[in-house]
Amino acid sequence: MRHILSILLENEAGALSRVVGLFSARAYNIDSLTVSTTEDATLSRMTIVTHGSDEVIEQITKQLNKLIEVVKVIDLNESEHIEREMMLIKVRATGKDREEMKRMADIFRGRIIDVTEKTYTIELTGTSDKLGAFIEAIDRAVILETVRTGASGIGRGERVLKI
Amino acid sequence: MQISGAEILVRCLQEEGVEFLFGYPGGAVLEIYDAIFRQDKFKHVLVRHEQAAVHAADAYSRSSDKVGVALVTSGPGATNAVTGIATAYMDSIPMVVISGQVATPAIGLDAFQEVDMVGITRPCVKHNFLVKDINDLAATIKKAFYIAKSGRPGPVVVDIPKDVTQQSAEFHYPENVHIRSYVPATRGHPGQIKKAINLLLEAKRPYIYVGGGAVQGNAAAEVTELVKSLGLPCTNTLMGLGAYPGSDPQFLGMLGMHGTYEANMAMQYCDVLIAIGARFDDRVISVPSHFLSQPKKIIHIDVDPSSISKRVKVDVPIVGDVKHVLREMLDILRQSGQKPDAAHLAGWWKQIEEWRGHNSLLYTPSTELIKPQYVVEKLYEITGGKAIIASDVGQHQMWAAQYYKFDNPKQWLNSGGLGTMGFGLPAAMGAQLANPDATVACITGEGSIQMNIQELSTCKQYHTPVKVVALNNRYLGMVRQWQEFFYGTRYSESYMDALPDFVKVAEAYGHVGFKIENPSDVEPVLREAFGPALKERLVFLDFRTDQSENVFPMIQNGKGLDQMDLPPHMRDVQQLPFENNRDYGNMC
Repeated sequence: MRHILSILLENEAGALSRVVGLFSARAYNIDSLTVSTTEDATLSRMTIVTHGSDEVIEQITKQLNKLIEVVKVIDLNESEHIEREMMLIKVRATGKDREEMKRMADIFRGRIIDVTEKTYTIELTGTSDKLGAFIEAIDRAVILETVRTGASGIGRGERVLKI
Repeated sequence: MQISGAEILVRCLQEEGVEFLFGYPGGAVLEIYDAIFRQDKFKHVLVRHEQAAVHAADAYSRSSDKVGVALVTSGPGATNAVTGIATAYMDSIPMVVISGQVATPAIGLDAFQEVDMVGITRPCVKHNFLVKDINDLAATIKKAFYIAKSGRPGPVVVDIPKDVTQQSAEFHYPENVHIRSYVPATRGHPGQIKKAINLLLEAKRPYIYVGGGAVQGNAAAEVTELVKSLGLPCTNTLMGLGAYPGSDPQFLGMLGMHGTYEANMAMQYCDVLIAIGARFDDRVISVPSHFLSQPKKIIHIDVDPSSISKRVKVDVPIVGDVKHVLREMLDILRQSGQKPDAAHLAGWWKQIEEWRGHNSLLYTPSTELIKPQYVVEKLYEITGGKAIIASDVGQHQMWAAQYYKFDNPKQWLNSGGLGTMGFGLPAAMGAQLANPDATVACITGEGSIQMNIQELSTCKQYHTPVKVVALNNRYLGMVRQWQEFFYGTRYSESYMDALPDFVKVAEAYGHVGFKIENPSDVEPVLREAFGPALKERLVFLDFRTDQSENVFPMIQNGKGLDQMDLPPHMRDVQQLPFENNRDYGNMC
């Protein structure tokens, strides 16, 4: 099953590679990984999307917690949460496709952020599923390039991940 | 007053009470070696290969309550140390390894003798540091020692660039360490402890399974008290030998791939298992599904939460320092005065004695050929069971584990997790330095000893009178055994031709050597080697042993604990008395 893990870790050189190394060394899956500093400059927050059985997810959480630089780990799936990912997608937009592309972007609440005579670059935000759905919805042949940030997640309501 | 980074490092090691620094100099650590030269608080031990420095530091830790320290230079010095670091990591041994690094401006430029030590060792250390700023140096060393020995212990690498050792700063050694992201567990959850006690008291066939965590966690006394006070059967893993006295009747022997028949059968057919600082390793329980095919409740005490429910899902996990947790359990038991049901326990013991009666470690004696088991038995006798035994890896390691009955923790030093050939001799050396008055023997084979035989030179220099007991069967014995069993006796590359004359090798290094070829010579030569006349000398004993001897019992890959290959005299033993009788629970 797909899980979103949120990790607070020391904002130190090498901390990221410890996390990534752990996943490869123990043959865990990484579907996506995103990391950046938080409002506290000494801390980074990482969101890892992974999948595995409950036992595997439990081991991943324990192994992450074992890393000295990891301050806290939560599995967002354990309660209500919000997930967002951003995608920039460059598509061919000529002839009749141009109008269709604009319509599709609108339907998915995307924004066209760069325009040339032949292309649109669309910014799209949502759950990973939604971004996937957009790619499915348009003609594969018009896709020139895609770049996705990977999912970020946060708990709903007053639940916070803090030290 | 400002002092150099190298001097800061030396002062830190002094503050930590370091007695011996095992190392090898080189370009990136010259400044440190100069600072070592100008001090006399700790002694440097110059090994002949960096791997040995790390094994020696590791064994120094294993055989004492202190943290061993090794120092190596950058590049090849650092990479040579990696096997030693991984060895310590797999066995959770506290250790600090300091490696030199090229100067900070040169890092990443493929400088001479540059290697990304932090990157290379990342998967085999508890933690590692690259010190880029001299002002962080002292605090980093303090953290390194703290991390190495707290929680589940492990090796910590501190990589120090040359320019950092040359710059100057004020020295201030912090008294305390606080790492917000690292808070090891100590006390177990009281509710879980109660649950565990209740399970144990209700058990019909209880069993105690003790691993290296009890040795490292200094919990041998508590383990012994628990086992004794409740009258339970107990087994130790390869890493746990000595945590419960090996000569005690409640000890069923080591369990696992080469465990005794009774220890393995009890593991399979117990109904409540309490695992103490053990991790259900593949060499111990073999296949988890088969192990769990006999229903049992499992209590698991471990300081490392990730060890719990990793291979086997447990019923009562208790995260905490094993010594603390066992103390609390003992207190509760003492207060309540409760004991397990005597009738059930008597029935269980009856079954165990029946298993034990087969004497699965029986071997066929010979007057022609030296049996390796016989050498270990005699060694046990002659050293009064008191020697510190450092072992290499292979058949001799298993015979040492099976036939030397370790009564005390930290008496048995072996590379259990990584299985590193070449560990034995440098380990014996490190243990001898940590325990100058102890008798230290290295049980090895002609294969393993040659992986770090150069340390005979270090032993000479530092007067470590280790006794090398080489069980020389002219084969890489364990490889040969597997080839005999599983590869149609095709002994591919497991025979060693052109072996050196080990007596001459020992003599060339300034030691004493004996070659023993007759069984009748085993005892007298051992007596001589361990006698007062040679007390101060390293003695190399080259025992020419029976080439065809195999280690029994043995559990083949994929087989269960009750599906052992048994020694010849047990071939007609009904191995699976309960396979068709799953309601075995009613038997006792």
